[in-house]
Amino acid sequence: MEKEKESLKRLFQQEFSKMVAVISSLFGLEHIEIAEDVVSEVFLQAAETWGDKGMPPNPTAWLYAVAKQKTLYYFRRNKILEKKVIPELASRQEKSQEIAEPNFSQQNIRDSQLQMLFAVCNPAIASEAQIGLALRILCGFGIDEIAEAFLSNKETINKRLFRAKEKLRTENIKMELPPENEIAGRLDNVLHIIYLLCSEGYYSKTQNQILRKDLGIEALRLGLMLTEYERTRLPKTNALIALMCFHASRFDARETGGEGFILYEQQDEALWNQELIAQGKHFLYLSAEGDEISSYHLEARIAYWHCIKEDTREKWENILSLYNQLLMVNYSPSVALNRTFALYKANGRQEALVEAEKLKLENNHFYYLLLGELYKGFDNEKAALHFQKAYALAKTQTERSGIQEKIDSLR
Amino acid sequence: MLLFRFPQGNFEPGNIPPAEFQALAKKWQDWAGGIAAQGRLASNGNRLALEGKVLKPGGVITDGPFVEIREMLGSFIIVKADSLEEATTLAHGCPALDTNGSVEIRPVMK
Repeated sequence: MEKEKESLKRLFQQEFSKMVAVISSLFGLEHIEIAEDVVSEVFLQAAETWGDKGMPPNPTAWLYAVAKQKTLYYFRRNKILEKKVIPELASRQEKSQEIAEPNFSQQNIRDSQLQMLFAVCNPAIASEAQIGLALRILCGFGIDEIAEAFLSNKETINKRLFRAKEKLRTENIKMELPPENEIAGRLDNVLHIIYLLCSEGYYSKTQNQILRKDLGIEALRLGLMLTEYERTRLPKTNALIALMCFHASRFDARETGGEGFILYEQQDEALWNQELIAQGKHFLYLSAEGDEISSYHLEARIAYWHCIKEDTREKWENILSLYNQLLMVNYSPSVALNRTFALYKANGRQEALVEAEKLKLENNHFYYLLLGELYKGFDNEKAALHFQKAYALAKTQTERSGIQEKIDSLR
Repeated sequence: MLLFRFPQGNFEPGNIPPAEFQALAKKWQDWAGGIAAQGRLASNGNRLALEGKVLKPGGVITDGPFVEIREMLGSFIIVKADSLEEATTLAHGCPALDTNGSVEIRPVMK
């Protein structure tokens, strides 16, 4: 029973985004909320009917058929169809009666989802809201799940989504691919949002492992969507997909907590997903076309080296060099910390300690964790001091107990 | 702005075995990476090629611009620092110093 519920949930999640995209592409983004309502009603009816009679042989076809009926019914009942939509459609095409019905062909689903991806990742919407909207509309996540991923509450998320949808209307954002000459720039924004979704899954503060994994998988799915079209299938798209494959390959090996580089050493490589690693290598290979080296290229290569468990000098020198390059295009404290760890592995403790002391990221508990690691076994007193500072700054109980273990191990 | 100068001929092709050149390149990258890790790298600058021309008064053009100067300009980067002293501190450890070169530290006028 539990299992059935789980598979139903997955089906709904997948089909939600497809149906909302198709219905919105037909009636316009200004009616996106109606599309959401219609699809929710379809699922409600499915849950009821299937609960009584069992699942039909082809559940998706059933969902699409009911969605068609409900869409037409809804728009007719509310006269929106006659007053607003039909004239609009008629002005676009002559045969209004024929096209005023959602088309759930594979091709149209794919096209609509891609258009929706570009619409949601429109720079007119605040980036946090873009992520929320992407999770809801493109990934079919529930409001409570989004709230959990952001460590926020339902009310805040609802408001954020509401404002984002209002922006879709006021900015008159259309469901269409940007014109040829704008697509490269707009694609950057789309890739960035997908990247943030993926990091949300990888580094999210929520302890809900299933949710985190879902986030990673959905980000990967959106990325793969972009590879189906020539204009969006660029080397940087492939680089981002490679990065996400490498990340996803380690989901099962990661434990709770977000201790990045330190956690990595404790991973059980038998749990790494070799199939995803192979996929990652494939996309990394494809990403090498052309001369552009995006930050996704650099991060994907770092993730690639991390998929080789064996510690060699070559590996860490490469990782260090990639982090150096990444810092030059994209500074962030966590990249600086990871770079210093790579420096320790490649060039030794002394050099890393000197560099680490210069970073002065004094509000960051990962900084003190790194210093503690660097001093460990060399000056345990200092190591303990740094771990204690990290303990005081840590934000979650899981992190604190992990740090306590480190302090205890020094004794 | 940090300007790196080198004694002429130091980097002429053939003067340095490839392995050593690679090690030197790594040193440079690690050093600049250290500045970037502190969030202080404003621009990674450009490396200047070895060849060049010099135009002198009277329309005299010479190859190899550097005959009369002991050191040639090799490259530059721009760092973020609150004072000239701070920028000078950042310049410490620069690999140019290991190869008899020098670092000239100059504020960029706004």
